[in-house]
Order: sequence, then C-alpha cells, then structure tokens
Amino acid sequence: MRANPKDVFTGAYYIDGDVSSAYGAAAAGCKFIGGYPITPSTEAFEAFVRRAHQVGAISIQMEDELGSIASVIGASWAGKKAMTITSGPGFSLMMENIGLGAMLETPFVVLNIQRGGPSTGLPTLTGQADMMQSRWGSHGDYEIITIAPDSPQEMFDYTVKAFNLSEKYRCPVMIMSDECVGHMTEKVVIPSADKIEVEPRRFYKGDKDKYIPFPVDNLVPPMVKAGDGYKLHLTGLAHDEKGYPLLTQNSKVKTQNANTRRLVDKIRLNVDKIIELKEDGIDDAEIIVVSYGITSRVAIRGIEMARAKGIKVGSLRLVTVWPFPEKKITELANKVKAFVVPEINYGQIVFEVERCAYGKANIVLVPHGGGSVHNPDDIFHAIEYAAKERKNVDGIIEQKTNLYSLIFEKEYKLHG
Amino acid sequence: MAKKKKEIHPMESLLRMDRIPHIWCPGCGIGTAVTAFTSALEKLKADLNKVCVISGIGCTGRVAGYVKLDSFHTTHGRPIAFATGIKLGDPELKVVVFSGDGDIIAIGGNHFMHAARRNIDMTVICVNNFIYAMTGGQVAPTTPLTAYTTTSPYGNVEVPSNIPQLAEACGAVYVARWTALHIRRLTNAIVEAMQKPGFSVVEVISSCPQYYSRINKLGDGLDMMKFYHDNSVIRHNEPTENLDIDYQKQIIVGKFIDRERPTYMDSYKKWLEEVKHQIPKSPKIQNT
Amino acid sequence: MKAGTHRLSGNEACAEGAIAAGCRFLGVYPIVPALEVVERFLKRCPEIGATFVQMEDEISVLAAVLGASWTGKKAMTVTSGPGFSLMMEHLGLGVMLETPCVIVDVQRGGPSEGMPNSPSQGDMMQARWGSHGDYEIVALCPNSPQEMFDFTIKAFNLSEKYRIPVVVMADEAVGHMTDNVVIPNKIELVSRKYYKGKKDKYLPFLREPALTGIPSMVDIGNGYKFHVTGLTHDERGYPIMNAECQEFCVRPLMEKIRKNVDEIVEFEEKDTNNAEIVVLSYGITSRVAEKAMDLATKDGIKVGFLRPIVVWPFPEKKVRELSKKIKAFVVPEINYGQIVYEVERCAGGNCNIIFVPSKSGAVHEPEEIVNAIKMGIKEEKREEVIQVKISNQQ
Repeated sequence: MRANPKDVFTGAYYIDGDVSSAYGAAAAGCKFIGGYPITPSTEAFEAFVRRAHQVGAISIQMEDELGSIASVIGASWAGKKAMTITSGPGFSLMMENIGLGAMLETPFVVLNIQRGGPSTGLPTLTGQADMMQSRWGSHGDYEIITIAPDSPQEMFDYTVKAFNLSEKYRCPVMIMSDECVGHMTEKVVIPSADKIEVEPRRFYKGDKDKYIPFPVDNLVPPMVKAGDGYKLHLTGLAHDEKGYPLLTQNSKVKTQNANTRRLVDKIRLNVDKIIELKEDGIDDAEIIVVSYGITSRVAIRGIEMARAKGIKVGSLRLVTVWPFPEKKITELANKVKAFVVPEINYGQIVFEVERCAYGKANIVLVPHGGGSVHNPDDIFHAIEYAAKERKNVDGIIEQKTNLYSLIFEKEYKLHG
Repeated sequence: MAKKKKEIHPMESLLRMDRIPHIWCPGCGIGTAVTAFTSALEKLKADLNKVCVISGIGCTGRVAGYVKLDSFHTTHGRPIAFATGIKLGDPELKVVVFSGDGDIIAIGGNHFMHAARRNIDMTVICVNNFIYAMTGGQVAPTTPLTAYTTTSPYGNVEVPSNIPQLAEACGAVYVARWTALHIRRLTNAIVEAMQKPGFSVVEVISSCPQYYSRINKLGDGLDMMKFYHDNSVIRHNEPTENLDIDYQKQIIVGKFIDRERPTYMDSYKKWLEEVKHQIPKSPKIQNT
Repeated sequence: MKAGTHRLSGNEACAEGAIAAGCRFLGVYPIVPALEVVERFLKRCPEIGATFVQMEDEISVLAAVLGASWTGKKAMTVTSGPGFSLMMEHLGLGVMLETPCVIVDVQRGGPSEGMPNSPSQGDMMQARWGSHGDYEIVALCPNSPQEMFDFTIKAFNLSEKYRIPVVVMADEAVGHMTDNVVIPNKIELVSRKYYKGKKDKYLPFLREPALTGIPSMVDIGNGYKFHVTGLTHDERGYPIMNAECQEFCVRPLMEKIRKNVDEIVEFEEKDTNNAEIVVLSYGITSRVAEKAMDLATKDGIKVGFLRPIVVWPFPEKKVRELSKKIKAFVVPEINYGQIVYEVERCAGGNCNIIFVPSKSGAVHEPEEIVNAIKMGIKEEKREEVIQVKISNQQ
C-alpha cells in the first residue's frame, strides 16, 4: 500500500534527525504519540505535535514514560499506528511495558535518541550504550527489531520502515538513534506519497464468534481493535490461543511454551527477511569494520585513512542491529583476519560479533564512553593494529584510545 | 418427565462463561462489584461493542478476564495510562478502568492524579478491600491505621489515602463510594458515572475474607456484610475531607461530587477549532 | 538466628542471610513469588532494629534502598520479573552513584506478567543489560535454600567491597523449596571503606589507583556536605558535561569489575578434567543437570559439570579454557536462550554448543539433558548453537 498523500510532507528540507523522524512517523500513518519530554529527543516529539493536527493524529504528553508507553500500547489496540519517543532514562522506565507490548504482540514503534549513560549521564551529548538494553531490557524471553539510522535522511526512511516492520511482525520496533543523528541538520528529501511503501494494519474480518487472537498455526495473525464487537481479552499473563490465562499448572506450561515460543519464533524464523546491512568493499577485505548508527559515518574516515596506506578494509554497517546478522558475521569470519568494532560504549555489540566469529578472526574493540563521537584516528590505529596482528587472539582486544591515554596516563585536569 | 431446562445465568450475555468459575474467594466483594457493573451496563443499554474494560494487576485486576467486552489485563498500576491511550485513540469508546486500590492508588497513583486532572472521559471503578490480596495480604495505601497485614505485623502506622478526597482534589467530576452491600445504589452510581462525561470515580468498599478479615480476625464475608450494614452511613454531598476510614469505625458512603468540567476531548476539539487558522497548510512541494 | 541446622524455605533463608549479613533496611513492593523473604524479615525487624518500608511501586523501592544505603545501612530489596523491570532506571543510578545494595530477583515466568507461580531463568540477560548506558554488574545464582542464605551474605560482601548493586538471581523453585539450612557460628562480613580524613577534603569519587580503585564512602549527616549526581561527574561528584569527564567517570565503573574479575568470579566444577562433554548450568537447573550427569556417566560417557556461581561477570576464562579440551558444552536453561550466547561467545568455535530450552514454567527432565549429552558426542562440529527439540514443543 502507498502512503496517504495527506500524511506526507513532500519536499526537500533542511531539518534535524529528530524532526525528520517525526515526519517519517506521520508519513507511515502514525496517528498517536504518547510522549514525555526528555533531552535529546524532545524535538521529535515537538515536531510531531506540531504536525499532528494536519494529519489528524493525537498526541499526548503523559505523566511519565511508564504512562506514555502504556498509552501507546492502548492506542495501538484502538486501531491506531502508535509511537513513543524517549531517551535512555525514559527507555529504562519503559522496560516493563515493552514486555507487555511483546506479550500482547502489539505493533508500535519506540524512538530512542540515545545519550551518554548510565543513569542521568550526559543528557545533551551522544552515546550508543542502550543497544543491548533494547534487546534484553525487559524480563522474560522475547524478540524485538532494532534499527540504527545514521543520518537525518535515514531517520525519515527508517522510521517508515520501523512502522512497516512492526505492523508486519506485530512486535515492538526500536529506532536506536543517538543525539548526534538526532541533532544533526542535513538535507532531507521526502518523496511524494506514491513512492512511500506503507504496511497497513491487517484486520481480522471473519465471524465475530470465531475470532482467535493467538492461533497456534499462525505466528503473525491479523488483529482486531477495541470497539469492533469482538470482545477480545488480552492479558500479560501467559495465555492460550483465546488470550485467556490458564491457571492449572499443566495446561499453563503447555500454553506458555506455545505462546512465548511464538514471540521469539516469529522473528527468528524470519531473520533473513528482516535483516538489512550496508556493505562496502568487503569482498576482498582483510579487515572488516562493523559499525552502526553515527559511528558508521565516523568509521568511513578511519577506513579511508587505512585504505590510503594500502590496507584492504571493508565496512559492514548494521542497519538492523537486532536480530543480529549471525550468519553474515560467521560467513565473513572465515574469510577475514579481523573485525574492528567501534562503538560509543565500552563494549556491547562487539560481544555479539565475537560470539558469531567463532574464534576465526580477531576482534578489536574501539570503545568510547560517549559525549562525542570517535576520533577517526583511533579507528585507523585499530585497523592498522588488526592488519599487523598475525595470530588469532582469544577474546576481545581492546584498542586504547587517545582519550584513555589522556585521562588515565597523563595528568589531565578535568576542572580548574 | 419434563426435561430439565438448562439454567441460564441472568448475566450470561455479559460474562465470559467459558472462564467461569472465577478465581475470587467465597465472601469476596469483587464479584458483587462486577454484578453491579454488568447490571449497570444493562440499565444503560449501552452498545456493548463500544464498552472497553481495562484492569491492572491484582484480584480486581482479574475483572477484565470475566466480562464479555473488549477487555485488557495490563501491567501493574498502568491501566489508567493504558486506558488514556485507548480513549484518545478512539474517542467513541466508553472506557472503564476496573481495578483495585493498590493498583490504582499506590503504584498507579500518578496516573490516577493526572487522568483526573486532564479529565479524560473514563470511569474508574476502584475496589477497595484495604489490602493487597492477590499477593497474600500486604499493607495497602488504603489499609486503616492499626490494622494488621502481613507487612504490618504489629499494626499499620501509615495514614491511609482518602480516595474520594484525592479524586476531588485532582479534578474528578463524579465521585461516589458504596460498599459491596449497597448493590442497588452501587449499580446506580456506576450508571451515573458512566453517563457522566469526564473522569468519574466509584469506590467500592469490599470485603476480603481471606486476607483482611482473616488476619484481623473480623469473621467471614457475611460478618463483613453485617458490619457494613451496621456501620455505613449514607451522607450525600459530604465534604470529602470527612471521608477517612478508620479501623472498624463508621464508613460514610454516598455520592460526594457531581460537577461539570470540560473533558479532555472537549477542550481539545474546542481548542483545535480556535487555533484552526494558526495551523499551517500542508507545505508546498519544493523542488528537490 | 542461632547457629545450627534449621528447616527453611529458600526465601526465608534469604531473609536470614540478609539479617546475618547486617542488612538493616528492606524496601519492597509485594510481588509473587518473593513474598516470604519480606514476611520473614518483618518478623525479625523489631528484634534486630531494622527498618522496613513498603513503597508505592518498585521504582520508588529501589530509590529508597539507594537512599538508605547512603545513610550507612546495608540495604536490600526483593522482587521478581515485572518489579525488576521497573527497577531498571534506578539500577543505573545505583551503579552511577556506586551505591552498595542487594537486589534479590526471585525469577518467574515471563515476559510481562507471565506465570507468577512458576520458575524461570528469563531475566539473566536483563540483570546485565537491563538499564541504559554502560555498566558492569555482579549477579549470583543460588540453587538451594542453603545457598540462598550463603549467597545473600556473599552478595552483601561483594556489594560493600566493590560499591556496586549486586543481584541475587534466584527463581521460584529455589525460593519455595524447603531444605535444611546450616547457619555457621562465624560469618565473615565485609564492610564498606569509610573515609577518615578531614571533613572539607572529602572527595566522594576519588580513586586510588585511578582506574580500578574503589572510592571511600561517608554516611549522610556527618557534616561532609558532599554531593552526588546521576549525571556524569568528576571526583568531587560535580557534573561536567564532556567526553573527557565521561571517560573519567564511566570507564572505572567497568574496570573496577573487569580488572578484578578473577577475584569475583566463582564457579563449581566436577570431573571436567577428562570430560568430553561439559554441562554448564546455573541455579535450579544445575540440580537437574547433576542428576543427568550421573545418568550419562552410567552410560559410559565422560561428562563434566560446570556451574557458574557468579554468573555476571561471566567466567570467560574458564569456559574458554574448557572449550579447547572438550567436544561440546550442553547448556540447559529455563528460557529460550540467554546465557548460552555467552557460552557460545567464549567457546570461540572450539567446541559445539548444545542448547536445551525448557518447557517454560517447569524445570528440565534429566532425560532431556542426557539426550543432549548423547547428541554432543555424535554431532559434527557446527558454527551455530545446536537447539535440542523438547518433546511437547509446538
């Protein structure tokens, strides 16, 4: 299906990533935003609020992030495409209800403009330290999809894609952007509505009495919405195909097995359709730089510097970070000498790369605590090191950055 | 011999009969509150397809699982927030939050305050049994002073919440309190509350024979009904500051607040009409 | 409690352990299946002069516990999955302020409300990754009431020593299991390092040595007039918003655990020397695994047993070392795959990884693990986790 022309603000703009994402949400048909102000994501919320009346959407600022995510799940069951916008601390507060969203198989999108953490951390500066949290942050077993855009243009494109994926697989989709992308102002081209593919909500149309919300043989069944007379019941408890909790131990075990299994299976069995990667020069590469989000743009400079020295470097950019491209990494590990993983954290996705490399290639981590992006020199040095190292080293090799030396090896004064 | 006719429960059309028997203990007042609610629905002749029940977690949280309406059993403390989303997502729906005192006043207290302040058009039926019953009898924000619970083994020292006063202060337009004994009055209150546009609150004082009464040695469900009979005083329009409930003292019931305030959606529409001219037209297509 | 043998449930033993460790503040919000800890603690409250508060939700619970810890009390909370999810924001605060405290998570079936009365191991990754931002955590996995007692004490010791929230990842089965618990005469306790210098010279985050040191604490109300913040801060505790300060502030949170990993990590191993297959399990699952190991040994298979007691930080070195000697790791878990990914990572392709998921809501049958062990002998080397199909899986 194509986007509704009323929802699309076609044109070329000079806007930041936050605003671009809000326009993307509108174009995807988002009709509800429940938000709570938090730096550095507030611009996206504001931008959507300003546009909401033009596209006939509702926006509400709830009393906290727990409220905003709960209202989003509610709105989604009222038939609206819905979204919430937040950053680290708010994301932590949403963890409980992200589990609820996964359990009820509710489509919705969470935009997380990451900032430095943990806790209040660096509200106005960048970070990429919520990546593992987006996958593992709620209790119990579930799978989600995570996308990491790296430019304002992608904030538009991938917000649309996030809505499409969430409608298609009926699961929460996280857009894990960061402060740099969110506050970066660039040219954004919004195409006309007929060029934007939009996945509509699939509604059940059959007999009212025969509606089964979670049929065993269909991992992604059509939905109904509240008010259509289906009298559906949904619960966060382990439930059977009708959506009812079962209380006896035996039957409970069976249903839980079927009904939580489906939460992971609907993603795990479709990974090939979901995963999107961007590759550059990996065919004959000796070293591969694995990066995502803003870091992938900084890495380009490091890669260029290494190529100028004659090192064969390829770049693998994770557009979808979760589900993780296990097969691709395993396949590449057999061909290359090392993976270099720059991240604005002290090691998160690098553990996944290490896991999937099966000891076939060295793993070099270029950590950076946040507050700014990497110095491309650090990435270049890591590539240089990786190209020289001959033997396979157990575990992750951590590249000492300039910042590390500055703080911990020289007598640097933080304050006057 | 005449064939024995299958007995049909009068509320069958409103309950999920495939889920009965329910989990509530004998003598519990929540069932009565549900009956009052379903009777109210019948009285209202409401379009049942458009009524939506949202519950949180706890004994009362299970209500959503037994009423044959669109029903949501959400996370602990968040039914009002969830309901806000539903109401704003589809303003045509009649939204009822049916949950307990711990769920709505303790962990969900913030959402209660703010939904009342915004005057979101919903009805909150708060069953107050003075205790966290589902988890085995812990102290609740409504537990009267000196009452015993498993987490106040030497008597409660925390001053309990006065739900009607809290609701009034936050801006609710309709506030009533009845006990599980006053079933007709309770039914009428729910009818009124659901007809009232805006945030309406009906507090239902309920017996909890398994925990509250057992731990405090107050007898079974029937004894509690007798207690309600002897000790509840109907005083409509009583100032809400007088509505504190002391341990085993009189309980003032009645309709306390019935006032007009524009609902969130009314204000929203009105405001949208007023600022219509300010909303920019869709942007012109620029050359790319 | 008097030294000697007592008959206690896991949850009761946990409360006794906390009391023995000197815990004098318990903040909770009621949740199944962790209640017995609270009830036991409360009964003992007047006798030991402890403070108890039941807050309005789990968010405020952990906030209160952190506050109490800064008054000099050893503080704890108990919860289960949904409550643990709500604590995520303040877990990050606890890490950032380097506040000693203990969180007991009696795991139940998830996600969301899941199955309140059934055991699960579905929060293992959440304990490590559940809060935003970068941090390291210490998590312990008891498998019996005795260990609920011992590990609660151990948790307090680690938390006081490294100034970090420590999580005890129990589960419903261990929590509700009743067994003999031996309370020893002497219990070794570790207390936080207090600052003893001049009042106006106190720096709350001054580390010696710079990267891995643990700063000294003071209690609130002693005239030090110090400031702490969840924002990125320098050694004075004052916020500075730049990348340099972030490196200064956050990297040590990682390094104080990573560099001390050998001291913190603890595991139990059996027959791993000549083993072809090693069963790696933790918590309640390890008890089933032991039974399975006996069964497989009877069949003539050389099986070893590795049980991480401290699950986070993960015993990387040990797993790496074993992976080079054996054919396969068999990893049973009551979830759809969490710690198995860590095993896969550390095994580095040296051996096969066989994952035994469980019918959620129930512990494994020993036969399921035995079958996986047999599979490990036969299976050729593969570059993916090999999943065992469970009989009633749909």
